[in-house]
Amino acid sequence: MRDYSVMIGGKAGEGINTAGLAIAGIFTHLGYHVYMYFDYPSLIRGGHNFAVVRAAEQKIGAHRDTDDILLALDQNCIDRHTGRIRDDTVIIHDTYRVVSAGGHPVDVNRILDEENAPAITRNSAILGAFCSAAGIGRDVLEDVFGKTVPEKYLDVNLRVAGRGGDAVDEVMRIEALNRPGLPVLTGNEVAGLGLVRGGLDTFVAYPMTPTSNLLHFLAGHADDLGVKVIHPENEIAVMLMALGLAYAGDRTAVCTSGGGFCLMTEGLSLAGMSETPVTIVLGQRPGPSTGVPTYTAQGDLHFALNAGQGEFPRFIVAPGDLEEMYAWSAGALSLSWKYQIPSIVLVDKTLAEGGYTFDIDAAGPIPQYETQLWDGTEPYRRYRDTESGISPLAFPPGSGAPVKANSYAHDEVGFTTEDAEGIAGMQEKVLRKAEGLRRDVESARAVEMAGKPDAGTAIVCWGSQKGACIEAAERFDARVVRPIILAPFPAEQWRSATAGADRVIAVENNATGQLARLLRQHGFPVDDLALKYDGRPFSVDELAGRLAEVIG
Amino acid sequence: MIHGKPAGDLISPAENTWCPGCGNFSIEHMMKSALAELSESEGIGLEKFVLVGGIGCHGKLVDYLNVNSYYAIHGRAIPLATGIAVANPDLRVICFVGDGDTYAEGLGHLIFAAKRNADITVIVHDNRVYGLTTGQYTPTSPYGFKGRSTPGGITERPINPLELMLVSGATFISRGYTKRLKPLKETFKEAILHKGFSFVEILQICATYFNRTDCYNEQVYAVADEGLGTASFDQALAKSREWDYTSKTRIPLGTFYRREMPVFGEKFQEFSRREKRREEAVRDLLEGYR
Repeated sequence: MRDYSVMIGGKAGEGINTAGLAIAGIFTHLGYHVYMYFDYPSLIRGGHNFAVVRAAEQKIGAHRDTDDILLALDQNCIDRHTGRIRDDTVIIHDTYRVVSAGGHPVDVNRILDEENAPAITRNSAILGAFCSAAGIGRDVLEDVFGKTVPEKYLDVNLRVAGRGGDAVDEVMRIEALNRPGLPVLTGNEVAGLGLVRGGLDTFVAYPMTPTSNLLHFLAGHADDLGVKVIHPENEIAVMLMALGLAYAGDRTAVCTSGGGFCLMTEGLSLAGMSETPVTIVLGQRPGPSTGVPTYTAQGDLHFALNAGQGEFPRFIVAPGDLEEMYAWSAGALSLSWKYQIPSIVLVDKTLAEGGYTFDIDAAGPIPQYETQLWDGTEPYRRYRDTESGISPLAFPPGSGAPVKANSYAHDEVGFTTEDAEGIAGMQEKVLRKAEGLRRDVESARAVEMAGKPDAGTAIVCWGSQKGACIEAAERFDARVVRPIILAPFPAEQWRSATAGADRVIAVENNATGQLARLLRQHGFPVDDLALKYDGRPFSVDELAGRLAEVIG
Repeated sequence: MIHGKPAGDLISPAENTWCPGCGNFSIEHMMKSALAELSESEGIGLEKFVLVGGIGCHGKLVDYLNVNSYYAIHGRAIPLATGIAVANPDLRVICFVGDGDTYAEGLGHLIFAAKRNADITVIVHDNRVYGLTTGQYTPTSPYGFKGRSTPGGITERPINPLELMLVSGATFISRGYTKRLKPLKETFKEAILHKGFSFVEILQICATYFNRTDCYNEQVYAVADEGLGTASFDQALAKSREWDYTSKTRIPLGTFYRREMPVFGEKFQEFSRREKRREEAVRDLLEGYR
């Protein structure tokens, strides 16, 4: 199995992310599956950024601990990552910025001088050298640049890349796989596409890492995708605008991170009481509070499960890769409309900002659920009591009678009530929706199993840790069981997926084992925890090491 | 269909629980008549009105009128109303908010709605005291006001909402008084017909906690009586500063300022009508990533 890891690092503001995506593009061109981890501090210029691009023949979703090739744009790249450098790691570096490194120097300053090229083309020299060292033809880089570099800068970037290539000889050969390449996207981008696929009309958000790029993506493509995109004054307004939009018939989604979601919770509870659909893409990062803004965590599971006062059903899905992200962003929107409830797509920085090969055809059928609309046969009552608990929707002005939504306990028309029987009846109606939702969840593919199905050791995880867990579990012949849907919890599917497992180990990016706690609440045992809460996702190697300690 | 019914049928069967003598009755009935008259004279179907309420005594109004409504949460009626107006620009969205509600809890939303010229009407029931929570000071209570949370009297000065709205970019600014019924109704109609953000501050009597009837009756006058226009920002600013919500100076009533400006969300209207090809749009976009 061919499997390569390439790291590129340098100062913030020097286009490391773009260079990483270009490397991902090169591998894609050669037919590889790619995963890119991007590590950057919360600042605009200076500091140290790096991207680890891993490429393999099979689908992957995690990085490894050491690199085959290291592209160093500054000395930090060598000094901070000595652990990533093996004896056989090929190091290519910028002569003037890296003072002590073995390997292959590229005199970038001289190239830029001689080509009369702007500083922004620095990375192209290194990318050219990378291709040359890895035996990758110049036509590949030309193709990749042709798609990503604006036309007026294309020629100068290619000249600089060519000179970079001249500076280094071939030292290894990354073979083409002779199969068509699949595009590399981030989780944020695919969440946007999934929402659009699910029927999104309007997107409302206030920027917050790690989901700001979902806002940027939809805003940038608003015309192509036919989506209204609004950035209001704060997350409180985001949530309230979304509910107003939905009241008038617009399928609306929002995105945020933990701090913004705190502000959204009063609106979330309003969605619960007024039975107004809304979909929230919630990107986790380390907390509490501001925490570590540009790093990753899975610390908000129980917050998402319990946010908002009062008791109302909600749908929470935690995709583990881009294909699930696509299908379930659409599915979450669709379910929020079927049941007139909040849906949360719970992701983290790893999945939201990481780059992955995306195979839209592998996403499977898109979960689609029908919205129940008023059929006009009887006078409209917004909160009509029905067996399913779902009161058909109508939107002004086409409703025949006033559409009265309400944040107070209310009667069937929507008038405020304090009547004991009325309060209890409406609460029961709302909770009856949860029963239908639970049936829909149990009929969907809500729990995924990988690895050895009858293994006694079950590694359980959720969200972005899917990739690392599946690869690491292979080394222990374990099974990997992962809930895609977290609320309502798919207990029946979980029971059968974990049947016969005598040792359950939860792998999570948090400090207390939040999935483990949820499983225990549902009566499922968890024996051990393998937790990581330093803001970084597990690499395959690190996780395998931790599992070896736990399994013994 | 409610369309075409006389104004009397606009009163809903919900039980009215305002105190006797409450200024909210004036607002309710003048709004009811304004809606009926607009429906009649302008041909705006009653089904096209959407009322959005905050939380406080004022908010009950949306229960009491038989019109589309969203009874929202404290301080948050305005962004919700903006969402409704963006989703369907044919709807006439009217917010009923209180002074504690919108000047304290939701002040940011009010300023931003004015700034972006959201196509909504905001009616502030300013009784200058919290009613439902039983008598605390609000942002427009006069200096020295003794409320249940400030028994020694407040040492902060009231905000002047008209001045605030003017500098925030509101394109229609008016002040009414619940004891001046006909002008109140006319103001409502003008505000609803105005394209863009309409702000109507109403001096409302709170019969239980802060009855200012005598003071208001003595102090108020109509700006229209002075024959001034509504186009001058500077003049509107001077008029709005005539009374500072504490002193015993004259209180101008009526429309201070009116201006036509592009409304929020206008650019969206072309694509809300666009035929969407979901799967195709996604695949087209993905082609750019290969």
